[in-house]
Amino acid sequence: MSAWETIIGLEVHCELKTATKLFCGCPNMFGDEPNTNCCPVCLGLPGSLPVLNKGAVELAIRIGLALNCTVAPSTFHRKNYFYPDMPKDYQISQYDQPLNAGGWIDLPEGSRVGITRAHMEEDTGKSTHLGGTGRIHGADSSLIDYNRSGVPLVEIVSEPDMRSGVQARAYVAELRAILVAVGATDGRMEEGSMRVDANVSVRKPGDPFGTRCEIKNLNSLRSLQRAIEYEAARQIDLIEAGERVVQETRHFDEQTGRTGTMRSKEEATDYRYFPEPDLVPLNPSRAWIDEIRSNLAPLPKARREHLLAAVGEVTPALVDLVATVVDRDLDTLVSAAINAGAPAQLAIARAANELDADGVLPSPASFAGTCQLEASGRLSATQAKQVLAALLDEPHGDPAAIADRLGFVAMDDGALDTVLDAAIADHPSEWQRYCDGDDKLAQFFVGKVMAATKGKANGKAVIAAIAARRP
Amino acid sequence: MTTSAISLAQAIAARTTTAAAATDAALSAITERDGELHAFLHVDADAARQAASAIDARIAAGETVGPLAGVPVAIKDNLVMTGVPTTCGSKILEGWRPPYTATVVERLIDAGAIPIGKTNLDEFAMGSSTENSAYGPSRNPIDPTKVPGGSSGGSAVAVAAGYVPVSLGSDTGGSIRQPAAFCGLIGYKPTYGHISRYGLVAFSSSLDQVGPFTTTVADSALVSEIIGGHDHRDSTSIDAPAPSLLEACGRGVAGLRVGLCSDLLDGADAVIVDRVRAAAAALEAAGATIVDLAIPELRLGLSAYYLLAPAEASSNLARYDGVRFGLREERDDVAAMNVATRTAGFGPEVKRRIMLGTYALSAGYYDAYYGQAQKTRRLITNALDAAYQGVDLLLGATTPTTAFGFGDKVADPLSMYLSDLFTIPSNLAGHPAMSVPFGTDSAGLPIGVQLLAPGRRDDLLFAAGAVLESEVSA
Repeated sequence: MSAWETIIGLEVHCELKTATKLFCGCPNMFGDEPNTNCCPVCLGLPGSLPVLNKGAVELAIRIGLALNCTVAPSTFHRKNYFYPDMPKDYQISQYDQPLNAGGWIDLPEGSRVGITRAHMEEDTGKSTHLGGTGRIHGADSSLIDYNRSGVPLVEIVSEPDMRSGVQARAYVAELRAILVAVGATDGRMEEGSMRVDANVSVRKPGDPFGTRCEIKNLNSLRSLQRAIEYEAARQIDLIEAGERVVQETRHFDEQTGRTGTMRSKEEATDYRYFPEPDLVPLNPSRAWIDEIRSNLAPLPKARREHLLAAVGEVTPALVDLVATVVDRDLDTLVSAAINAGAPAQLAIARAANELDADGVLPSPASFAGTCQLEASGRLSATQAKQVLAALLDEPHGDPAAIADRLGFVAMDDGALDTVLDAAIADHPSEWQRYCDGDDKLAQFFVGKVMAATKGKANGKAVIAAIAARRP
Repeated sequence: MTTSAISLAQAIAARTTTAAAATDAALSAITERDGELHAFLHVDADAARQAASAIDARIAAGETVGPLAGVPVAIKDNLVMTGVPTTCGSKILEGWRPPYTATVVERLIDAGAIPIGKTNLDEFAMGSSTENSAYGPSRNPIDPTKVPGGSSGGSAVAVAAGYVPVSLGSDTGGSIRQPAAFCGLIGYKPTYGHISRYGLVAFSSSLDQVGPFTTTVADSALVSEIIGGHDHRDSTSIDAPAPSLLEACGRGVAGLRVGLCSDLLDGADAVIVDRVRAAAAALEAAGATIVDLAIPELRLGLSAYYLLAPAEASSNLARYDGVRFGLREERDDVAAMNVATRTAGFGPEVKRRIMLGTYALSAGYYDAYYGQAQKTRRLITNALDAAYQGVDLLLGATTPTTAFGFGDKVADPLSMYLSDLFTIPSNLAGHPAMSVPFGTDSAGLPIGVQLLAPGRRDDLLFAAGAVLESEVSA
């Protein structure tokens, strides 16, 4: 029996980082006192009318361009359904004429995922259900905060191009990096700035798509991957047991790691879409789109390629480190350090593992200097890391001076030989096994030397000395 | 009060009279007669007196005041004013006090007008007689056994009864022009987008427009210039200068070609047809050329309208769900509360249109109903545009009949809908139109003739309307 293939398409809702809401002048702020950033428009009071926020349109166009979409004249539609946190009982969204359509994202691992569309819409308020299970059914009462009502969203719909939870996770991570890079969102999934719905089905390779289920509101990369993997396994079990997958909307329980039914297709709402008569068609001029394109910040993919171009041999481990550096916005610093003479690979590795993008960063010259001292053997890896830590207090400090102050004196070869001799003498059987071909034990002796020198020995020099002693 | 808004404002500015006196006169007329006529749902006498005193004080201090300084006005109860109850003639909004003011009301107040109160209407502006008001109908001051028309019936009565020289209404399918015709007033529906809808409680957003009731064409022009013009809070508001309406009132019709349109006439009572022909003759005598023409597409308007307007209404009226404002019928869960609130709060005509509109937008029916109606709307607009290649204006009847009696059409919604036959095409096309009183029937009930113009040529209505007005008063 051939293996099952999982088919995944994602809908990602991204809150735009505008100063004000999509259709009124209220502040777009997360975490304020409930119901303080509201007005007649975002409360849907009778007689109020929406006025489109041009800044939100610009961010939406940036997203479209960054996702290689065609930006086209578009219209707004009303999506009609009753829900207490949606003040007008319809959502202003886009339907058959979205602003952005037909793009793609290239993932770091090399695959390409198609983007069906990226359209604009307004967010709803936020309900908190008290009592019962914490969901609306069976709750004792509900509180509604309309601060989020009318916050601008872009919904990014992918093609069903993904084949694993891991790939879906990589897609959302890359999408998030792109959206953050172009300044469209802060990308904070835990605060709901990005919310993911996953459409999952399974089939035998070559067969038509199977019946899909939609898993709603996945709010972390980890939940996304877990939910998809659980759901695919559930569907496979059903089919292999001779049952059918029922098309339905499901939710993911983070505690149990399982998905459960929210509503079936039979209960699906008829949204009665029709053109929003209170807004005029959105027809961004070619000149405006071109201006936005020319001001678009470099995208993660280009930034990664730029860094990788600086290193000689590209290994999978290095690709991951570069992805981390770009993801944390450290690539500008790393590039500057490389230009200042730092060895590229070392600078990338130290930035990825030692620097805190949200904290104090060393100056490019100080960072480059530290990397150079390590590369030359003047500092061990452990010492270099301590110098980087010390640079937090004096970002423009002289790494050599800091090393002196910390008492980091490079060991000469004679001193290293003495320490290594002692280590071998103390552990004759381990040394014999190493000499007999058990390579793992090299690391054992590195550890002994490091311990004896309190980390002052240069790791590379130690490894070289150990290898040289092998008969 | 039979004096016009313009002459009253002049008299107040010249200190021949005062805003306080004008306001008191309005309030005492209301006290005297509105128990019977029921134009108002809410009268704010104290606020009106205070506003009038403030105007008088400013005039006494020699300050410059607006062109409507001291003129009492009435506001249809689907336009919001901060802190003033707004019901839309519905139980579902009983007790709601909006926290903001409609642009048109704000502009009237800035021009010095004194809002006296909020006027009666068919619930959510759905109706042609005010009989659909949850608070009881208004009565026609010319014959209180007759309806005043609707939906802006209360605003028509407030002017026709002489309480105030100016009131505001809204016109979605004829809701200003039809009651103006029934009550012998000037009723003007502007080009869509000429007057802001911000603060007008929506019935059918793509059709609704605010406009004035007045006793003179010049008053209509003045008030429309004050409340009209671009409003950044209404995205459908036209952002371009409009032609001067006041100036147009003195322009005459010499050289204009006026189309006498059989499809805006056939089916009207003979006495009304006679008066429309008399109006054509008057325009001709004033130098216009009369062209007989037919635009059969206009006949399709009624059925398109009764799909589009309910479709939009079904969405616009969804927000009356008991969650945030107005009526709430408490139940154990939200969905049951929504249903109970809407069942108790809406009247039968509103429910009928919500059902109709919901159906027209439903999956599987959208193309056949809403989609087809949109195509029909485009067809009518194109037919009107084509007609305007040959004429500057169209002339027809405003209504098929004069004011009817209470209960005459309530049992048969379709016959009620037919009163909008001649007025609907302008709303569908977004074009301006005006009803001008032009004589009476044998019972003395007013007859209105209707002038229609192409989009953004509202000025032509005022030029022709002023000619007809002078003919009547001559």
